[in-house]
Amino acid sequence: MKSLKNHISLIIALFTVLASVQIYVAVDRTIAAYESHLKNDYSVIVVANKTFTPQEFKTMSSMIERSEPISTAQVLERLKGEMSEKNLALLKLTLPKFYRIYLNRFPTPHEINGLQKKLQKNSSIERVEGFSQTHDTVYKLMLLFKDVVQVFSIAIAAVTSLLILKEMRLWQFQHAERMNIMALFGAPVWLRSAVLFRLAIVDAMIATLILCFSFFIIDYYAILTLPLKEIGISVQLFNFVNDALRSLAISLGISIALTFTIVMFHREEE
Amino acid sequence: MDKVIVAENLSLSYKEFETIISKATFSIDAGSFVFITGASGSGKSTLLKSFYGAIEPRQGQLSVGGVKMNHIGTSKLNFLRRHIGIVFQDYKLIKEWTIEKNVMLPLIISGYTSDVSGAQVQKLLAHVKLTHQAGKYPPELSGGEQQRVAMARALAHNPILILADEPTGNLDEYSSSVIWSLLEGANTQLKTTVVVVTHHIPEGLKVPYKHYHIEFGTINEIA
Repeated sequence: MKSLKNHISLIIALFTVLASVQIYVAVDRTIAAYESHLKNDYSVIVVANKTFTPQEFKTMSSMIERSEPISTAQVLERLKGEMSEKNLALLKLTLPKFYRIYLNRFPTPHEINGLQKKLQKNSSIERVEGFSQTHDTVYKLMLLFKDVVQVFSIAIAAVTSLLILKEMRLWQFQHAERMNIMALFGAPVWLRSAVLFRLAIVDAMIATLILCFSFFIIDYYAILTLPLKEIGISVQLFNFVNDALRSLAISLGISIALTFTIVMFHREEE
Repeated sequence: MDKVIVAENLSLSYKEFETIISKATFSIDAGSFVFITGASGSGKSTLLKSFYGAIEPRQGQLSVGGVKMNHIGTSKLNFLRRHIGIVFQDYKLIKEWTIEKNVMLPLIISGYTSDVSGAQVQKLLAHVKLTHQAGKYPPELSGGEQQRVAMARALAHNPILILADEPTGNLDEYSSSVIWSLLEGANTQLKTTVVVVTHHIPEGLKVPYKHYHIEFGTINEIA
């Protein structure tokens, strides 16, 4: 019973570490997906006094994915009743060209400033509107969210590490007697610690399985994916191959390191 | 006659200036039965510990089974211990293992197949009259039964040397007589060298024995 309790403690500790890592990864993915979503909606408006081809814009910055002219027909239509045909024709000739520029990623505020400066170097470009104020707010909010999750994950990992260390001391005490007895009969170190390694590997596998099962439930009942879809984000929170393998590697790494520490710090009684 | 243990000017101590055994010179013949006696704290258990490498000689030379114990490496020590059977006053059985597996321990360490070790364990359990307890765990057995298990374990791998530290210290008269007869049997039938640390030598032993007494850090042979 005591031994089972110790196992559960280690499994919970390992699961907590894995869950905090996975939550961080999932948040990172969600933010990346949201950035991509924002990128599709985000564009820079350019006012120029001459016609530009999409290729010309592309040569100005590697960030520019595509560009499209904004038709002035709608504006001119509205002015039809207020101006004479002659003045309207003159206005049509003198009216600057408007372009909507789409980027290949969601830019940082610094990147927007850089892009604005690059575009404005061209004497034919009169004005560049990056909507930096709105962009800044969204971007900073996203970074804040990412930072909060990061701090939260680090805090959980730190607390769990302390739990694991405590667990390690318990294991050391619990297995010391058997290891001493085996040593008295000439068992090499690997044989003395074989049980410990086996337990550590089994606990690591169980912790990973619990994590996979938890994310399977979250995925199956669309607990998180549905609300995310509602704001236009489609993201895989847990990849059952890559994420499972990474989690198994982390969990095995921690538990084997823990066992190694126990074995290394074990002193045979005199 | 071959010597299993040879000590020359052997000094033992846990701390530098607290010598427990001082410049002892003695040898133990192969196949002999030896008692080491002495008052509590005289150093008899410490001497026994030096025979299985739990404490290293501070000065002088000690060899056990032809292996020099001074600055012995781990692999050499493990090799030596695989040829020694040890019996303790507090049995030192692995509580979470069955009796059968406890007896099998030296055979597992020596790498015997499960067929060979299984047969050997059954034979030994029958010898110590504990076949019916094979599947139980040490805490379920009485002290005398646990010491019989420890004896079976010490004999499992046919050691060249059995070291026993107060093997009957915690036992009643009947259990003590069983343990003494097992030690005598190992010595007479298997020709195993037996070294026993004890407060007093039991009466009525059938085997000839050598007796060393420790007093004030020196070892004297009692005729």
